[in-house]
Amino acid sequence: MSSETQRILTTDGIPLEVSLKKVERRNKFKAFLLVAPLLFFLLIVYISPIIGMLFNSVDDRMVTNALPKTFIAMEKWDGKELPSEEVFEAFYIDFQKLIEEEREGKLSTQLNYEKNGFKSIIKKLRRKSKSFEEGNYKEQIMAVHERWADVEYWRAIKRRAPSYSYSKYLKGVDMYQNQEGKFVQVEEDRRIYKKLWVRTLKIAFYVTLFCFLMAYPIAHLLATLPMKYSNLLMICVLLPFWTSLLVRTASWMILLQQQGVVNDFLVWIGLVADDERLVMMYNETGTYIAMTQILLPFMVLPLYSVMKTISPSLVRAGKSLGGTPFTTFWKVYFPLTIPGIGAGSLLVFILAIGYYITPELVGGASGTLISNMIAYHMKYTLDWSFASAMGLMLLAGVLAIYWVYNKLVGIDNIKLG
Amino acid sequence: MALPKYTEPHYRIWHYVYLFICGCVFFFLIAPLFVIFPLSFNAEEFLVITDGMKRLDPDAFSLRWYKDMVYGTKNPWGLAAKNSFFIAIFATIGAVILGTVAALGLSSRYMPYKGIIMATLISPMIVPLIISGVAIFFFMAKAGLAATHTGIIIAHIILGTPFVVITVTATLSGFDHSVTRAAASLGSNPVNTFMKITLPLILPGVISGALFAFVTSFDEVVIVLFLAGLDNTTIPVQMWTGLREQLSPTILSVATCLILLSTLVLVAAELLRRRSERIRGINR
Repeated sequence: MSSETQRILTTDGIPLEVSLKKVERRNKFKAFLLVAPLLFFLLIVYISPIIGMLFNSVDDRMVTNALPKTFIAMEKWDGKELPSEEVFEAFYIDFQKLIEEEREGKLSTQLNYEKNGFKSIIKKLRRKSKSFEEGNYKEQIMAVHERWADVEYWRAIKRRAPSYSYSKYLKGVDMYQNQEGKFVQVEEDRRIYKKLWVRTLKIAFYVTLFCFLMAYPIAHLLATLPMKYSNLLMICVLLPFWTSLLVRTASWMILLQQQGVVNDFLVWIGLVADDERLVMMYNETGTYIAMTQILLPFMVLPLYSVMKTISPSLVRAGKSLGGTPFTTFWKVYFPLTIPGIGAGSLLVFILAIGYYITPELVGGASGTLISNMIAYHMKYTLDWSFASAMGLMLLAGVLAIYWVYNKLVGIDNIKLG
Repeated sequence: MALPKYTEPHYRIWHYVYLFICGCVFFFLIAPLFVIFPLSFNAEEFLVITDGMKRLDPDAFSLRWYKDMVYGTKNPWGLAAKNSFFIAIFATIGAVILGTVAALGLSSRYMPYKGIIMATLISPMIVPLIISGVAIFFFMAKAGLAATHTGIIIAHIILGTPFVVITVTATLSGFDHSVTRAAASLGSNPVNTFMKITLPLILPGVISGALFAFVTSFDEVVIVLFLAGLDNTTIPVQMWTGLREQLSPTILSVATCLILLSTLVLVAAELLRRRSERIRGINR
């Protein structure tokens, strides 16, 4: 039977199937070759550093390498009472080596992240340890400062023993691992990060909501007006879209300041007394107002492109079947715009959650977001591993939304301008 | 939007309320840009509208802040503008080349793993800038490219490519591949076909991608803040420093210039969009 169903051959005598597969493979390869330069460029200079942040965020070798003997001696210590003389001696030897290499400053910074109060006692120990006598280091170290006799501080050192730790992630949600290995929250008055996450989500949510409420009517107007009017009005959306972010933030700073145009206007119409001008900048209000205006075009454009495709005859049909304008809108028009609402909202939310420039300039203390905290740790405290950990937590959230966006809208459907 | 005569009064009222709301939103969008103009001509050193300006007194207006922008002593704007244009132009060239070539591959129907690759190529647009900034800073510091123009240009190429990929793939989605096959059957080699046939047809998409890449680089401040040394300062970095330290009206002069620049970009982008639609209309 098989000999009868002759295989179709090409002119070179190769079966067509094989030849076709070969061509297809070559085409695949060609297509991939075109994408390859950009893909590898991004993988090397962009994706791999982001993955590198993952290592940065858990890397704790600095302390491990600084106190090798101490940690070996600490292995036997149960962490209940003060450690034995052996541990103190090992610590003294490690510490002397650090002083020689002038690395004790770095250690004190690192230990201070773990527990406040290390900085000063390490400085003091450095000064006093020069005149230490041999033997009985426990007594001598404990005599330097009362905190050296506090078991809490030794537990803090022990917590930094492993080369890798996820403590930065715990710190990012105001938690830490106590000596029994349980996750506990930090004291009430020091819980700052959780508040910041909540605030970031809250501001991103409300900015998205405000953008939606404002964008919907104007997108509808733009989509239903005749072309010549809508093109003109579209400029109002596109000009801010193309204008520098800093220029737009600067204009809000001028508008919202206490002697600014908005306050002048409110005083002039008599809504606000001259000596009770509103404080709208350097607080949450400023962040809300400025971010809403800046992100509004990102909501209008996707909504507009969806509304443009909705045939007006659908609404007319709804009305002719006896629907009031309101029910036709709610039952016919609105459901058709949901893809646009989804696309715009997710886009605005993603952009808002990672915003940095505008909150930093107009947000003051109460209007800053998680991005500002990351920048602060990168620039001022230099706790880069903590900044990396916070950044990756934020990134995980954004990627989750990106994934949803991709499922719902498809990234191929992102439209620009 | 004229209402038919038979419209009931309460819907008529609702219609005007709706138009009023739309007007307010448009005002909210566009008005903030216009406060900058009068204040940049302020004769005083304060960023408030003075009584003289309200009376339209000619003495209350002056060009002193524009003069300060151009001729001012210890003035950073000249260097900043030079750097900004230099970085943005090279970043745009890099992004356009990499992005266009990648878009050609992505629009091929043979492209394997299209979804995941597209997601990777677009990711610099989605990942918050601060995270990109931190990651790129670590990379550049290791590669010894921190505080160099090269480092900043590479960073801006990363940020610019997604825009080029998106605009060019959009143009290619209406692209008739039989044209290139016709060229090939007439004996043209692939490079020649691309230069003579494909490129002219997708050019509007490429240029509008280039505009996006240029504006992104020209306006980018977060990554430059991480990477830049004193010699790499750009216009946005100078504005950022100025806005944080002392709001001087000189910033508003610069801002006015930037608004004019973005108006030009807007007009260019709009013309390109129409041209692209026309060309693709012919193709269909």
